[in-house]
Amino acid sequence: MNTRTLPDWLTKTEQFTLPKLQTKQRKTDGFIEKTLAGISTIIEEAVFSQKYANLPGLLQAMDARFKLISVLALLLAAGFAHSIGLLIALNVLALLMALASRIPLTVFIRRVWFFIPLYTGIVVFPAIFSFITPGKPLLSIGSAIITEQGVKAAFMIIARVGASVSFAVLLVLTTKWQNLMRALRALYIPQTFILTTEMTYRYIFLLLRIVDDMHLARKSRVLQRTSGSENRDWIASRIGVLLKKSQGLSEHVYLAMLSRGYTGEARTLQPGKAGIADLGVLSFSLLVLVAVIILNWY
Amino acid sequence: MHIPDGYLSPQTSGVLLAAMTPIWIRASQKVKRTLQARNVPLMALGAAFTFTIMMFNVPIPGGTTAHAVGGTLVAIALGPWAATIAVTIALVVQAIFFGDGGILAIGANCFNMAFVLPFVGYYVYKTIASRINPNPRYKWLAAGIGSYVGINAAALVAAIEFGIQPALFHTAQGVPLYSPYPLSVTIPAMTIPHLLVAGVVEAIVTAGVVAYLQRSGEPLFNQGRKQVDTARSVDTAAQS
Repeated sequence: MNTRTLPDWLTKTEQFTLPKLQTKQRKTDGFIEKTLAGISTIIEEAVFSQKYANLPGLLQAMDARFKLISVLALLLAAGFAHSIGLLIALNVLALLMALASRIPLTVFIRRVWFFIPLYTGIVVFPAIFSFITPGKPLLSIGSAIITEQGVKAAFMIIARVGASVSFAVLLVLTTKWQNLMRALRALYIPQTFILTTEMTYRYIFLLLRIVDDMHLARKSRVLQRTSGSENRDWIASRIGVLLKKSQGLSEHVYLAMLSRGYTGEARTLQPGKAGIADLGVLSFSLLVLVAVIILNWY
Repeated sequence: MHIPDGYLSPQTSGVLLAAMTPIWIRASQKVKRTLQARNVPLMALGAAFTFTIMMFNVPIPGGTTAHAVGGTLVAIALGPWAATIAVTIALVVQAIFFGDGGILAIGANCFNMAFVLPFVGYYVYKTIASRINPNPRYKWLAAGIGSYVGINAAALVAAIEFGIQPALFHTAQGVPLYSPYPLSVTIPAMTIPHLLVAGVVEAIVTAGVVAYLQRSGEPLFNQGRKQVDTARSVDTAAQS
């Protein structure tokens, strides 16, 4: 290439350094990253939940209606249990059900037990001291006394929350969301409510995408520092825009429904028949609930 | 404010679920009568909007963020009965699919956030806007105060639900079976952060949204039809 044809400024080999990113200056804009991360997590969780619903496992093979009632019975069992031993047994049962449903143990444990010891543990920690839960002293730290009743109460709530979250996670991980919605019919929930919930679930992702776009647009266009009040004004305006968009969209959806023959009556496919496995798991779950209630007396 | 399973006894959850049942029936009758067949998409989008509001992180002094619940805002936009349905659906989706709030505790969460919050917030807003200061320019202020009172009322009710657990449900040895904190702890623990932070954020967001809608000439209370008419007229104008 003939360098003489190039303009002078282009042939210069001048060193140029970009100005350093002043992270302190952009501190007030952290809410954008937080919102974007939150939206990513929601979408990731929704996709992740459906990943195991197609595996050939115990709970995946069940009719969603029977599974939902079985899980409700097990949640009630976890709610009614009065001893730590029973609650640990229910946690072990949930773990075995996860194994039978081919959910990797690491995935299940991470999903259930990653936040519970952290969140619930922090919440119930002060309850181990005598000023919250008086009782038999176990240990004294200065003037603070840890009581046996307090420690038992803390363990009990952690184990109870753990068992409840485990059964709820099993339900979500092993059921396609469409089937789970239809299963709500088994609880005599009106069809219109189920139809509305189904639509909500779909449109949540559309609105999340709009919110994601709003934040990305702001992040890519605003370079200088913005004050807290300016940011709050911007958020309020975006929520206002989203409200109007959602209301306008609902009317368009209604017109689309009308044009496809919607008369105000919701109809769905007839549910299938229950198999032996469905009745077996349901009977077992009800038996666990009855056993827990009886064992509470001893 | 989303109560997970395990913190309340099944009996408490059952009572609150029973209390919510006539409210849901009344709300669905009201909504059906007002909106007829269009209630399904309007409620669905209202619920999706309620879910999405909670995703907005609002910067607060000190470098951290908080999020609004939006119950009063939805009540101002759709009416309190429609807000009850919309917030209920959002809470059901959060509990079942995203593990935010318990499944057995749905009755309690709906009582606090789908009934107490929008109704208290809406009627405080309405009282201020129509009787105390009827000047429409100050509706944003009424909305802010309404949402502040609404979220604090909901927090107080949640605190009472937590606080009655140790007195009602414990073993013979005195071990609390559910939430171990008495009312003397739960009421300040729930109300002080809501009075000082969460309520203020809720008020700022609600007042800000109402002020924005007023500035942009949008009606505060409507049920979708106007937007489509406006959209159609814009489309027609663009085509001609």
